[in-house]
Amino acid sequence: MSDYLTRGGLSRRSLIKGATALGAAGLILPAGVRRASAEPKKGGVFRVGIGHGSSTDGYDPGLWDQLYVQTFAAARHNYLIEIGADGNLVPEIAESWDSSDGMTWVFKIREGVAFHSGKGLTPDDVVASLNHHRGEASTSAVKPYFDAVTDIKADGQNVVVTLNAPNADFPYLMSDYHLPVMASADGKIDVTSSDGLGGYIVESFEPGVQATLNRNPNYWKSDRAHFDQIVLLSILDAAARLNALMTGEVDTIDQVDPASIGLLESRGVAKILSISGNAHYVFPMDARAAPFSDNNVRLALKYAFDRQEMVDKILAGHGSVSNDNPIGPANRYFFAEMEPKTYDPDKAKFHLKEAGMETLEVTLSAADAAFSGAVDAAVLMSEKAAAAGITITVDRVPNDGYWDNIWMKKPFCASYWGGRPVEDQMFTTAYSAGGAWNESFWDNARFNELLVAARSELDDAKRREMYHEMQHIVSFEGSTIIPMYNNYVMAVSNAVATPEKISNNWNLDGFRCVERWWFA
Amino acid sequence: MRDIWGMIGRRLLLGLLTLFVISVVIFGATELLPGDLARELLGQSATEETLAALRDQLGLNDPAPLRYWHWLTGAIQGDFGVSMATKKPIADLVGARLGNTLFLALYAAALSVPLSLALGVMAALWRNSVFDRASNALALTSISFPEFFVAYILVLWLAQSGLFPSMVRITPATTFGDRLYMAFLPALTLTLVVTAHMMRMTRAAIINLLASPYIEMARLKGMSPLRVVLRHAVPNALAPIINVVALNLAYLITGVVVVEVVFVYPGLGQLMVDAVTNRDIAVVQAIALIFAAAYVLLNLIADVLSTVTNPRLMHRR
Repeated sequence: MSDYLTRGGLSRRSLIKGATALGAAGLILPAGVRRASAEPKKGGVFRVGIGHGSSTDGYDPGLWDQLYVQTFAAARHNYLIEIGADGNLVPEIAESWDSSDGMTWVFKIREGVAFHSGKGLTPDDVVASLNHHRGEASTSAVKPYFDAVTDIKADGQNVVVTLNAPNADFPYLMSDYHLPVMASADGKIDVTSSDGLGGYIVESFEPGVQATLNRNPNYWKSDRAHFDQIVLLSILDAAARLNALMTGEVDTIDQVDPASIGLLESRGVAKILSISGNAHYVFPMDARAAPFSDNNVRLALKYAFDRQEMVDKILAGHGSVSNDNPIGPANRYFFAEMEPKTYDPDKAKFHLKEAGMETLEVTLSAADAAFSGAVDAAVLMSEKAAAAGITITVDRVPNDGYWDNIWMKKPFCASYWGGRPVEDQMFTTAYSAGGAWNESFWDNARFNELLVAARSELDDAKRREMYHEMQHIVSFEGSTIIPMYNNYVMAVSNAVATPEKISNNWNLDGFRCVERWWFA
Repeated sequence: MRDIWGMIGRRLLLGLLTLFVISVVIFGATELLPGDLARELLGQSATEETLAALRDQLGLNDPAPLRYWHWLTGAIQGDFGVSMATKKPIADLVGARLGNTLFLALYAAALSVPLSLALGVMAALWRNSVFDRASNALALTSISFPEFFVAYILVLWLAQSGLFPSMVRITPATTFGDRLYMAFLPALTLTLVVTAHMMRMTRAAIINLLASPYIEMARLKGMSPLRVVLRHAVPNALAPIINVVALNLAYLITGVVVVEVVFVYPGLGQLMVDAVTNRDIAVVQAIALIFAAAYVLLNLIADVLSTVTNPRLMHRR
């Protein structure tokens, strides 16, 4: 944490510098393993073993939900805006963007770019791609982002998006993985087509098994997409993934089981990339239901377990302690100086007494569907909480149907968040009153007020102050226990070279490993 | 011979009836699963609004019997319909996987059936010898371990040394020889798992016969023990052996999902598990029907073959 403290100070002075430092701090590699980034070389077949993928995976961007489709999309598509490895915005299909009032956003669309099919890109394609996520009939997961959008239209080479309230972070939303620029006909995109603007062209795709893509010879970025061919394999079993890497069947795997990291390193055939980002594990409590409706009860639970122990045991050290803060060290306005919560049974007892209780009995529902190790984490919590007079009964529930029957149904359960690059996105999605995924059903007047105010505040210093206050409110009055940020743990074979800095906004270099990495 | 055809016809009809009953049961069971396809497709990010829109698009709002009827009439015409999740014809989805599954099952059968029959005959021939004890112990050991454990041991010994690949990547361009090479470890795992059953049945059936008076007679005539077993015992032991082989073949087709997962083998089992978690009911039913059909068909073949080898079964009274 001390690392973040000092570097957080830097980021105060200069946003970009700070973000850079954070990115560097996040890249935890044993000394000597990190390859000096030579000039990227072209060529080779890059095979990635991904721990997701299902026979229902498809080309409809509104339905994408896991790493396999996300990486597959990053390989064949371009977005309006890319989030760079250091967390700042990089122009992609939008050459530039601007807004005078935060309400009307003008994106200048790149010229001379063509789809794989040969069709030239027009601003109408962008409008259609965005409109796919808007309106009554839309089934898109990011439909709520567009609730504030009143109009999207093409204007010459520009696309103009009008909002009903100022939002300083709107360009960040446009980098969301659900929003690739796709080819349109009659104002509609074809959700069954693999056609895109990206660096690779789909040769074959068997959902839930594998996808093969070849380099796009006409790709407009000359310094990206270095491989001749990429193969994305769905390998659900963690041991099979590890075996595939060790026997040279694949070059990169994601989600390395923390227990096998030591084994893999001792073999010397591959290196571990452990990237700290904003992803975090949570235990939401239903703020409407007793006893969680009392903030003292929530605080008692927050002090009743050992966060560091959880990082050590559940993540095998590949993560960091979170102070019940959904905003992570990779966010711009991360409040690193907030007073930490340590394991303190006396403090927990004190808060229980404040709530008028001597002892507390709650049931925590957990399944590993929420996150790998969720049940163990729940048991750890239960063991530690006993000393504070809190009895946590761990109810182990089946993985199947977890999001249907347990999450947002049971008053106290386990869940996870991939982390969001923008504070507003995270807060609006999971903590605003009435938010569709406000999993703790928490409603805090001051927080909601700040949320709206910060969104339209264009003065950076004031926004920072507001977001810090909001993080403090969530941490000390919120109804969600957030014990830790989990690192993205990947393993790559020795032949793979990566840039000095690996993006920490999403797994696999922000899904862009296919575009940014190369064979040394 | 006409009796045989009559029997086959009757069995086929009964098989169809069984399949129909199974389809009803499967449909009922999938209806009982919590959640639905729309929920699973949208996952954690589902809102009531998007759920309603997607359910409407997918036709999930129709009553269950109606959906079942639509599916059944389609299936009878050979059209399994369209996967609700991927909008692709199920025949395409299942076709390639079925081919993979059959390939692996036949591969494993080609290894395990001759092996277990030979071992069984030899064990019967030299019963209570060191060979008999050793082969029994080995076969029982490999069947007693869970499949994934056997699979991991093989990966440790044979894949990490680089002899065989630890995962199977089948593309349209894969040649037959490559397929045999890549699928060797999963086939070997399955062989180890099913050999014991068939081998011990062979051994038991033959030993049972060896006590019969006609075998005694053959021995008294001065035949060599091998000839006694092969010429006189085996033909009469075929019926139970055929049945156990058929049972194991059906298992190889339907029950190998664990092995598929360990070796990343794109077979039907994985597709079915996938379809169940996604509540893609049409796919689940199609695969369940294929599995049921495999059982019905293999049992039918086993019945016919054992009747042919033992005509007395035709005139059972």
